[in-house]
Amino acid sequence: MSAFIAGYLVQDGLASGALYTLLALAIVLVFALTRVVLIPQGEFVSYAALTYALLIERRTPGTILILLLLIVLTIAVEAGRGLLRGGLRTRLVAALRASVLPLAAAALAYGASLVALPAIAYALVAVVLVAAMGPLLYRLVYEPIAHASVLVLLIVSVALHLVLVELGLFVFGPGGARTEPLIGWSLSLGGVPVAAQSLAIYATSALVVLVLYVLSERTLYGKALRAAAINATGARLMGISAAMAGRIAFLLAAIIGAITGVLVSSVTMIYYDTGFLLGLKGFVAAIMGGLISYPLAAVGAIGLGVMESFAAYFASAFKEAIVFSLIIPILFWRSLATFRLTDDEE
Amino acid sequence: MTGQPPLLLSCRGLTVSYGKMAAVRGVDLDIRQGEVVTIVGPNGAGKTSLLSALMGLLPCTGAVSYFGGAAGAPPPVETLVAQGVALIPETRELFGPMSVEDNLRLGAFDRWRRGARDLDAMLADVYATFPRLGERRRQEAGTLSGGERQMLAMGRALMGRPRLLMMDEPSLGLAPLIIKEIFRLIASLRERNVAILLVEQNARAALRIADHGYVMETGEFVLQGPTADLIRNDRVIETYLGIAGAEPPPDGR
Repeated sequence: MSAFIAGYLVQDGLASGALYTLLALAIVLVFALTRVVLIPQGEFVSYAALTYALLIERRTPGTILILLLLIVLTIAVEAGRGLLRGGLRTRLVAALRASVLPLAAAALAYGASLVALPAIAYALVAVVLVAAMGPLLYRLVYEPIAHASVLVLLIVSVALHLVLVELGLFVFGPGGARTEPLIGWSLSLGGVPVAAQSLAIYATSALVVLVLYVLSERTLYGKALRAAAINATGARLMGISAAMAGRIAFLLAAIIGAITGVLVSSVTMIYYDTGFLLGLKGFVAAIMGGLISYPLAAVGAIGLGVMESFAAYFASAFKEAIVFSLIIPILFWRSLATFRLTDDEE
Repeated sequence: MTGQPPLLLSCRGLTVSYGKMAAVRGVDLDIRQGEVVTIVGPNGAGKTSLLSALMGLLPCTGAVSYFGGAAGAPPPVETLVAQGVALIPETRELFGPMSVEDNLRLGAFDRWRRGARDLDAMLADVYATFPRLGERRRQEAGTLSGGERQMLAMGRALMGRPRLLMMDEPSLGLAPLIIKEIFRLIASLRERNVAILLVEQNARAALRIADHGYVMETGEFVLQGPTADLIRNDRVIETYLGIAGAEPPPDGR
């Protein structure tokens, strides 16, 4: 293998790795704050990618329909609870208040599909539309069972994933979509052509990571979220409720997933269920960090991307198998690490 | 009843159960503005369960009214924090990997979220009260000594400007010198017009600084009254004050 090919594979792998990094960080973030293993992370990716592709074709994305469905369900569930357990008024007010921003997002997306805008504006609209789903999903699905065991939450995640994939099939259909890169040109780094789109992926991922870091280190809200992850009881005594932490975690996860979706739609063909596979790779990377370490998850994600790129070159038929069989040695190594840790504590 | 300061907390028939076992059975308790009230009693009497229930952390039955509001089941902890109730649990519940200063700032999170922007002034105030915390403001909370951790827990609670502060065993596991300092601080809080509900095994120190005391045994209040009376009560002397009571006991026991 020539240095040229190796260089090309590395730059390609880094781009995938950057996207897996985003997904892995979202999965670690959600797990730290809610103990939910976010299997449906990939649906945010698919939804955003397909929404973006439809908006570019000036068609009304069915994502609006899913969002409206979530809003109606949220209000209906709160009304039902209010009737059964009392407090109808406060519950309805809370549900309506939670619906205002998502409704605005739906209206914005509908409006955007009617007018001609630059692609970047459609990308932003797609991210906003999908982001609005995050807190609603948490409220609707996870908040009532916030005290359930990790296993129950995981089973619910799988169920939610299946529902969202089917909803995706219903509104988007079985066809795939691919978008033009926002930036078309490419440049040569040491003889290796690097697409500007890859650079945009590196830059956007780095920016998202930086913003997350600054938010968590420099703002009181970010510190409150960290505190909630460190000590939930202590955080509640400061007025940082688990529900608030969960909603913000899901909002961030949806935003990150949506940004990944918009970026990935210019690299590969996206179908209604493509996100799942991407999310699963983010999950493998998150496992490398033991679902708690952001830096280890990021390193794992980049390693995974590069490895996948080389696997695709040498044994393309086994590409996915090679990537996912990685999880066995990782789990083995993590179990050894955990064993040592409990050993120390004794 | 004229001339009495207003009731900050009033609970009637409060019961906390774990399954069929009742840890707290039909307790009545009143705290007025500017008062220090203490609950003394042995391990396992239900003191911590009572505080947790009053803070909305444990489900309970009975009627509780906060700040003269309607009586009912305690609202969720987040609502109580917003109303100015704070709890310093026995376990402190600090944010170990975060700095002392971040811990303190988070103490004011709820007020900050509702628009208060006096955090820096409050921080300076807490550092003036606890100079040790100022010296260690960049240090991780998890690396502090036991006494410093209790000071941080108190400072963090004060950042929320509570009107009613509940403390669970603030002297537990601390060296005598530090305990003295902690109790001096509790007494100084009274001057800031913070009402305090203090749960203590160190009955002597608690009864000395409190205005009103309750003695709790196996989930019930067996005695209550002004602390000046409780200190002279034979049963309290025998069980909780021991040899430092009015008379030395007949044998060493």
